[in-house]
Amino acid sequence: MTRAQFEERFFGVLRWVVIAFLAVITLLPFYYMVLLSLKPIDALLLDPGSLWLSAKDFTVSTYRDVLRSADSGGQGFLKFLLNSALVSLGTVVLTLVAAVPGAYAVSRLKFFGHRQVSALFLAVYLFPATLLAVPLFVVFAKMGLSSSLVGLAVVYVAQTVPVSIYMLKNYLVTIPYSIEEAAMLDGCSRLQTVRKVILPLALPSLMATGLYVFMIAWNEFLFALLFLAADPDKWTVSLGLAQLSNGIEVPKTVLMAGSVVLTIPVVLLFFAAERLLTEGLTSGADKS
Amino acid sequence: MTTAPAGAPERPDSSPRPTDRPAPSGRRPLSAARRANRAGLAFVSPTFLVVLVVVVLPIAWTVLLAFQDAKLVDIQGMGLFGNWSLDNFSQVFDSAGFWSSLGTTLLYTAGSTLGSVVLGLIAALALRKPFRGRGLLRAAMLLPYVAPVVAVAFVWEVALSPQYGVVNDWGRRLFGWDDPIAFLSTREYEVHLLGLHFDIPLALLTVIAFECWRYFPFAFLFILARLQAVPDGLEEAALVDGATPTQRFRHILLPQLMPVIALLCVLRFIMTFNKFDDVYLLTGGGAGTDVAAVRVYDFLTARYDVGAAAAQALVLAVSLMILLGFYFKFFGNKVQEDS
Repeated sequence: MTRAQFEERFFGVLRWVVIAFLAVITLLPFYYMVLLSLKPIDALLLDPGSLWLSAKDFTVSTYRDVLRSADSGGQGFLKFLLNSALVSLGTVVLTLVAAVPGAYAVSRLKFFGHRQVSALFLAVYLFPATLLAVPLFVVFAKMGLSSSLVGLAVVYVAQTVPVSIYMLKNYLVTIPYSIEEAAMLDGCSRLQTVRKVILPLALPSLMATGLYVFMIAWNEFLFALLFLAADPDKWTVSLGLAQLSNGIEVPKTVLMAGSVVLTIPVVLLFFAAERLLTEGLTSGADKS
Repeated sequence: MTTAPAGAPERPDSSPRPTDRPAPSGRRPLSAARRANRAGLAFVSPTFLVVLVVVVLPIAWTVLLAFQDAKLVDIQGMGLFGNWSLDNFSQVFDSAGFWSSLGTTLLYTAGSTLGSVVLGLIAALALRKPFRGRGLLRAAMLLPYVAPVVAVAFVWEVALSPQYGVVNDWGRRLFGWDDPIAFLSTREYEVHLLGLHFDIPLALLTVIAFECWRYFPFAFLFILARLQAVPDGLEEAALVDGATPTQRFRHILLPQLMPVIALLCVLRFIMTFNKFDDVYLLTGGGAGTDVAAVRVYDFLTARYDVGAAAAQALVLAVSLMILLGFYFKFFGNKVQEDS
């Protein structure tokens, strides 16, 4: 057998081994999460190694426990879900309101500094979140915003606007300029052109960007921890889960139901828009 | 802040223009370039404002705070300037474990960056050619990256737990482990191999493994996109010339992928260096995983020592800049030549 034949065969087999390995490491943790969320805690302690669910163990009381409000003996995750949804949706709206004109300007208009501006915004990511955390923590504590969801959303907007501009800009440059010129000739002002011509055309990109921002805001933990830790009424789902998992009083399977509840919205959205998202993120990557 | 005044007159100016046009008034209309300039500045100003208020100003203030003796309780009465001192820095540099924490941060960052990019590269190569269910697997592989960090960290924590974790249970059954291994709280784990024994920093390695697992999809996504843009002709030519798969990878694919791999390494390095959530959630910074970002948080919340926290964060940011500076000085040009 020549070296080439050997290698062809070897990598032919190895490829399937790698694929199987990747499938296991990515899916198994999520399977484990759902599995434990459907068991009572005794079943977990009795046989921690079991990877399947017997019919007599099956329960959804974990979900009832985790969602019910604290007053009626639950963990109050329904309230946390509401908080998370409010913050995330608010962030999406505000980010898009700021990012759409910004991206349009960067992609179309030759204004003073238009070349540098997107690089400048992306530089935001070079600064550690911890560097921002200190002063924001102090300011929010002093302004009384420290346990307010609005303050949190504003911080998220600043964190997500730069990447939104980048994603939107990559899409906007693919829209032919002549369409816009036609609109201008027909008497549209700049704002009208953006609203009536560009926005409808950029809808796929807007949705992808909005989803990405939603996921960032929904998953965020550090700033939520710094600003909201003192006020359990304002906890987001991420924060609630992290705070409760430090203690020992809440059974792990109930918290596992909490993590399923936390994960599901993001995963559903992601699968609904996977193609949109991956293309929005990596467009431009293949040109480098 | 020059954008706000520039933007303000733009709006009344632009709306009457269509009606102006048939009968030009005496005032000379702005040239197209100047109008574009004004509109552009007006359009970026919301973003600019948000970034200025929530990012730039706070960072500037961090720098000031780092040189002041500031506790959270007395910050109210304090002016923006004053009480200059270098105490915070001496406190940061002298505090126990500063240098080891910086070392840990470096190890953690380098290990996670390398691991996630290599795993992402392997995954991209394996999923390059179509097969049944590829689309589904591709989507599934992005799960670790999109799932909330708190949820996946909690799953790892439970799975690795010595009491009720699935990993230790299977380890005992399959590999005959005598004692359960506390993956997340063992600073040094003794390994006996061929009569030698080593101490491996188990908790740190576990955290690095978590990081690789969570971020390889990111590298995978970008490398796969680039891989699919490599022209088929190149590889076909090499195939005709009798190049083996390893040779084709080494001499055809890798040079094509190098720019995106270099970019990914830099991006992941920056992100991981500043990473707080993952380590905090998994180990709380204990058992030899006290990365610098977690120390900032400890200064801030455990002691309410704003000055020291700011100084620690600043030291972290400056070290990152120095490392990046080195990188671009020595490798920046090389990467450009390669591409």
